[in-house]
Amino acid sequence: MSALLRHGRYVLGENPVTAVAFGLFVVLILLALVGPSLAPHDPLASDTVRKLEPPSARYWFGTDQVGRDILSRVLVATRLDLAISLSAVTLSFVVGSVLGASAGFFGGWTDRIVTRVTDTIMAFPLFVLAMAIVAALGNTLANIVYATAIINLPFYARMARAEVNVRREAGFVEAARLSGNGSARILTVHVFPNCLPPMMVQASLNLGWAILNAAGLSFIGLGVRPPTPEWGIMVAEGAAFIVSGEWWIALFPGLALMLAVFCFNLLGDGLRDLIDPRRRT
Amino acid sequence: MALLRLAGRRLALAVPGLLGVIVVTFLLNRALPGDPAAFFAGPAATRQAIEEIRARLGLDKSVPEQFVYYVRDLARGDLGTSLTTGQPVLRDLATRLPASLELTLAGLTLAVTVALPLGVLSATRPGSWVDHLARVVTTAGVSLPIFFTGLLLVYVFYFLLGWAPAPLGRLDAFSTAPRQVTGFFVVDAVLAHDGALAWAALRQLALPAVTLGLFAMAPIARMTRASMLGVLGSEFIRTARAAGLAPRTVLVTYALRNALLPVITLLGMVFSFLLGANVLVEKVFAWPGVGSYALEALIASDYAPVQGFVLLMATLYVFLNLTIDIVYGLVDPRVRIEA
Amino acid sequence: MSAVPLLSVEDLSVEFRTRHGVVRALERVGFSIARGETVGIVGESGSGKSVTAFTVLGLLPPAGRVTSGRAVFGGLDLLTASAGQLLEYRGRELSMIFQSPRTALNPIRPVGKQIADVLERHANLPRARRRDRVLELLARVQIPDPERRYHAYPFELSGGMCQRVMIALAVACSPALLIADEPTTGLDVTTQAGILDLLGDLSRTAGMATIMITHDLAVVAERCDRIVVMHAGHVVEQAPARTLFARPRHPYTARLLASTPRAGAKLADLTPIPGAVPDLRGETTPCRYRTRCERAAAVCDRPPLPREVVAPGHVVACARPL
Repeated sequence: MSALLRHGRYVLGENPVTAVAFGLFVVLILLALVGPSLAPHDPLASDTVRKLEPPSARYWFGTDQVGRDILSRVLVATRLDLAISLSAVTLSFVVGSVLGASAGFFGGWTDRIVTRVTDTIMAFPLFVLAMAIVAALGNTLANIVYATAIINLPFYARMARAEVNVRREAGFVEAARLSGNGSARILTVHVFPNCLPPMMVQASLNLGWAILNAAGLSFIGLGVRPPTPEWGIMVAEGAAFIVSGEWWIALFPGLALMLAVFCFNLLGDGLRDLIDPRRRT
Repeated sequence: MALLRLAGRRLALAVPGLLGVIVVTFLLNRALPGDPAAFFAGPAATRQAIEEIRARLGLDKSVPEQFVYYVRDLARGDLGTSLTTGQPVLRDLATRLPASLELTLAGLTLAVTVALPLGVLSATRPGSWVDHLARVVTTAGVSLPIFFTGLLLVYVFYFLLGWAPAPLGRLDAFSTAPRQVTGFFVVDAVLAHDGALAWAALRQLALPAVTLGLFAMAPIARMTRASMLGVLGSEFIRTARAAGLAPRTVLVTYALRNALLPVITLLGMVFSFLLGANVLVEKVFAWPGVGSYALEALIASDYAPVQGFVLLMATLYVFLNLTIDIVYGLVDPRVRIEA
Repeated sequence: MSAVPLLSVEDLSVEFRTRHGVVRALERVGFSIARGETVGIVGESGSGKSVTAFTVLGLLPPAGRVTSGRAVFGGLDLLTASAGQLLEYRGRELSMIFQSPRTALNPIRPVGKQIADVLERHANLPRARRRDRVLELLARVQIPDPERRYHAYPFELSGGMCQRVMIALAVACSPALLIADEPTTGLDVTTQAGILDLLGDLSRTAGMATIMITHDLAVVAERCDRIVVMHAGHVVEQAPARTLFARPRHPYTARLLASTPRAGAKLADLTPIPGAVPDLRGETTPCRYRTRCERAAAVCDRPPLPREVVAPGHVVACARPL
């Protein structure tokens, strides 16, 4: 355990940018967990007397059009946004990996069907497909997650398929087979774990994109309904007031979005540099 | 000619993609919430009336039969009728498509004209201010939500500086649309020799195009830079230098052409983002394109336009990818010639 | 043979800044080549042969730096020449061909056009004449069916043919000096012979001086007038070819010869050179062969590394030559 910590410290020391991103990631997770209890005001409590107040000592981020404290709403929204993107990415990672790994390992019809499915998904501009799925299945939060998961699926499926394909003929697979392991066991215990590192990189890069996607869907009115605090919908609510100069309503949730996405992108880049220094840009 | 054969091959490959698109839109349509028949019949309808409407809409048939009717309707250009506008969806889309195209093309042109030189300069002058600027642009462009960028631009350039007009669509309240030739207001106004109108249209187009452009700039600049760096270190560049070729020849004819190959491939993904981001930008700037058309319909639970929009975007995307493949084949002979 | 050499490299030192420190890749390298002469530069991988060539042509990567020396070509010191001057010389007065010819050519440009680019840059030919000249060159380097091959891409040609194209590119403007960096490595033996014959032929008919860089002594045996032996960034010996093979004076040269396969010798007769090329980071000994040399003695550690002229045109950098 201490060896792992030492290695971790060394790795973070070599890459200050990754360390910063990792720190930010931890902060975000913490906010998601305890954010609501840190909020100075009730995120849902409206106080129309104090509506559209710019940032002040009492309301650090100002108030919105019905007098709600924006800071509290941004804090509380952290949990929802992270939950949406984490569950969407986890879902597409798991399902995509299973499909892709099976396609790469077994080949034949499995491969053909999986490839056909991923190709069909990728034949659509992805955000448009997400819109269509949410429109078809219903305007709920769960469907936002499913839609985001579905459009991200092809990345993982293709990656898993390629990685498994490369390792399928490797020596250790032959050895496992000869000692009597069944195909499924070989795939899950021997082959797939080796594919994990590059896929983890993809997953962390994807997290940022999943947040943008979910926020985009909320911005156009899908998924989250008012008065639920969520970064995307808060920007949408603030959009109407930008032209009259009340900038704080849209700015702070937007900055929160940017920070989260930035953090995940840096994390993904850092992970990629760690795992495959050859691909540094 | 090898190029025609390549185009033919790629076209053949696009067919399954189109089929997939049609099937998926059909399935999504059939998975709609609620009962369309009851919706059409109205709240006061009797059970019998609902069943009649269901039969008329063909919803009582089996799913495969419905699919056949669906494809038949598509082939006839019948995408249904919009409940909110009362017009055939196809006509609505055709009317509003030029607005979206103008926006997307403007944004893409902007992105490419800035991102390519930025990427090249960044690669040839590593560590310089250009390089740092390029890195900031690419990182910010990738992290910022596009609707947020649009709003920020509106705040800064309209509210604070007053340079840009109000984000109220393609033209301000005082101008009327030019005579339609291409559907692109700026182009049509120029063709009609109406300089003032062209300028007005351009001013309205500026911010939304910049928003889209910034978004597309990031991946293009990043890829150009990475690709150029890779190519500049390659052996054939060394040969070109050893042969004393002029620096410009080495940079453009030898390095850039090779470096553009992965950028061309990347454009496929960029288009996927752009076609989706179009919807968001149209909302922020009240741009009357197909994206906002679909959004308005979605909010009003009017599903035929949404379906038509999805079908249109997907088909457009399939053909865009086809074009990209062909352009790639033009630049890289290794793809054209089966060695 | 004129008295003034065509290219004279004197006291050349080059270092590279790397993540692991400064590597003194070349130290006081010196040799010269006269008009029409063929000189072979031989040595193991890492001996600095290619670095020398790149330095002369000004093709060092950004991490490389010339710390001393001159490379005088036709009266001009190439190392201090301006970029503009260098561009005039490269491809016209001196040119270079490289290893792995297929990757050394632009993969998406027809080979004929690549040769035409060189002509366009340096030769004053109208466009119509340019194409004819390219075809002439392709025929000169013995590429069959030049008309068709003009439009070919490198990936459509064999390794040997790609190398011939590179040669055509390099000799397009009849340079006075051609540097060939491992031109035959990676090609099969028959193709090798063909390329080397072509180079020799071109050299003779055009009076072109050639520097042949290789790790393979067999390549230079018959075809070079003089040979320069390099080891770990030093020139350890240079002599007329015949003398070098008959009676090498540097211990390294002797072992190099002994380890080279030759007709009639059995594998057991070949003796490898012990040890490896020393690490060139940080401090180095005056003689960099010292650790591998069976004749090493205390005198070998005393700087500077001596350069003894043991016979006319025969220089040995050794305190205890054979």
